[in-house]
Amino acid sequence: MPEIRLDKLVKRYGEVEVLHGVELEMADNEFTVLVGPSGCGKSTTLRMIAGLEDVSDGEIFVDGKPVSHLEPKDRDLAMVFQDYALYPHMNVAQNISFALRLARRPKAEINAKVREVAEMVGLTDFLHRKPGALSGGQRQRVAMARALAKDSSIFLFDEPLSNLDAKLRGQMRAELALMSARVEKNMIYVTHDQIEAMTLADRIVVMHGGYIQQQGTPEELFKRPVNKFVAGFLGMPPMNFLNGELSERDGAVFVQGAGFDLRLSDAKAAVARAHSSRNVVLGVRPSDLTFDSAAPSDQALQLGVEVSEYVGAQSVLLCKAGPGRVTVEVNSETPMAIGETLTFAVNPERVHLFDQQSEIAI
Amino acid sequence: MSLARANRLTPWMFLAPAAVIMAIALIYPLGYMIWGSFRAWDPSQTIGEAEFVGLKNYVTLWNDPNFRESLGVTLRFAFVVVVVEMVIGVGLALLLDRDIRGMSLLRTMFILPMMIAPVVVGLMWRYMYHPTVGTFNRTLESIGLPTVDWLGQHALLSVIIADIWQWTPFIFILSLAALQSLPRSALEAARIDGATAWQQIWHIKLPLMMPVLIVTGLLRLIDAFKVLEVILVLTEGGPGLSTEILALRISRTATEFRELGVAAAMSNYLLILLLLLTMAMFAFTRWQEARAARIRAASEDDQ
Repeated sequence: MPEIRLDKLVKRYGEVEVLHGVELEMADNEFTVLVGPSGCGKSTTLRMIAGLEDVSDGEIFVDGKPVSHLEPKDRDLAMVFQDYALYPHMNVAQNISFALRLARRPKAEINAKVREVAEMVGLTDFLHRKPGALSGGQRQRVAMARALAKDSSIFLFDEPLSNLDAKLRGQMRAELALMSARVEKNMIYVTHDQIEAMTLADRIVVMHGGYIQQQGTPEELFKRPVNKFVAGFLGMPPMNFLNGELSERDGAVFVQGAGFDLRLSDAKAAVARAHSSRNVVLGVRPSDLTFDSAAPSDQALQLGVEVSEYVGAQSVLLCKAGPGRVTVEVNSETPMAIGETLTFAVNPERVHLFDQQSEIAI
Repeated sequence: MSLARANRLTPWMFLAPAAVIMAIALIYPLGYMIWGSFRAWDPSQTIGEAEFVGLKNYVTLWNDPNFRESLGVTLRFAFVVVVVEMVIGVGLALLLDRDIRGMSLLRTMFILPMMIAPVVVGLMWRYMYHPTVGTFNRTLESIGLPTVDWLGQHALLSVIIADIWQWTPFIFILSLAALQSLPRSALEAARIDGATAWQQIWHIKLPLMMPVLIVTGLLRLIDAFKVLEVILVLTEGGPGLSTEILALRISRTATEFRELGVAAAMSNYLLILLLLLTMAMFAFTRWQEARAARIRAASEDDQ
């Protein structure tokens, strides 16, 4: 179970540089998720680790040894592809056993291994089918089984669930979480779906524009995003951002903006005082707003409720706040009058402040 | 006429033009040829005047050693050229399936031989094969090697080389197209699974190209059975009967020997041969599919 280290990894396609010196360490037996919008460089990074893309600059170390000059087959890794990449002319058993057959393992061992992994992913009844006769979910399982059969110490996933429908995706996500707890491998998982990232990862690496924005546990990233991009990317519905200005009165620090004037908690106030610029962005997650008509005005937002989206136990309210929009997540049992302006309490411990210019968290 | 009746007739009305063209352009000449093959028919007669002789033309041909020789030459020629062209064409495609600067120019140059009229190809190769002034023998002489009697002693080989030169690009182009439409990620998966370049070709690329290769090979085989102009210009079927393929013999029987009935019977033999080949190929694919389905059904019964 090796440790993988990326050292100033750079990828260029001709003149265009798409990865700008990525530095990352992935510890032994860890589930790392690279997440970001499309074009952020996450797939390129994964494919460079796999050896499918050349390294333009920098180096990849596995257990301290440089590997970027090695062929994929010499890197001791297995990979699950977005489109499954099954061999269409081979049946399920042949797909699973391809790597073992190439390695000329004894027949009995191959058969035993195929049975073992097929049982693990629930494919025992389909071993003689060709991929063309399988459903999307079953193909996904074959891809997983094929990677598992290899017994490599590194396991790479390139958006493995994005071709499945929503229900199947949820189910496979749960199975993946179960599997990752059972097998001890260094797993690296690429996705654009922040829910997959949050639920599966031991550690999330958020990428944007060819740079790593932040890395840490899902909770760290959710609670303490280092910049506006990370704050807006993780969490569903996404965080609300309101432009405001810092001001000081009566020994407290306030954020003042269109239709609101919030008092910061003492801890936040201390940090805000030390910050040079007065122009900030206030970030509030939809779940940190609660309907409370008795809330004091320096701890509340006045929002005009425009639309209510019912999603079961929760409802998402789309509200008007000055020139912008704010979403609020409320319990569906709470009666809400569309079209009225209501008071929502803001938990002062849970607000985020970002510099307007640099978008870095204050 | 009621509306319902008109509606029922609509599809047939749309089919009618195609059916008429097919009857005029395909079924009528084919029937004419089959009908003619049962007669002792001279070009000066109309088909009605020709004497009906039953299967006599077919029987005579079957017992004619020259016809059998010609059939043998055709089979040898066709199988050798198709096998060699497939090997070289597919090999080149595997070799050149990559992004190299100037690749598109190279590909265009590769298919040039295919665009030249067969008669011109025949003339070109005839000059190159010429025993004294031809390119090949002069080159051999200049480097001190003995000359070769290209169109005499080795006539069939020379004809085969010319055909390979002209038609390998056809297989190259189709194989290259097949290769480039293969799923990229399956090949990447094979690289990760540990396949070497050879193993990728053998286990992934060739099996996935197979449907295209079968059709390509079949098309070339059908074409090779009918080749005429190049051989006519190069050797006129000689020396002796060594390069007299069936198409050439048919043409000569009709024009020189003025035996239209025999020529028609010969054409029918060729047609039957090609039909058998094509059907055998389809039967083989069917059999393979059926076998795969049987294995699957058997394994699912076990569960």
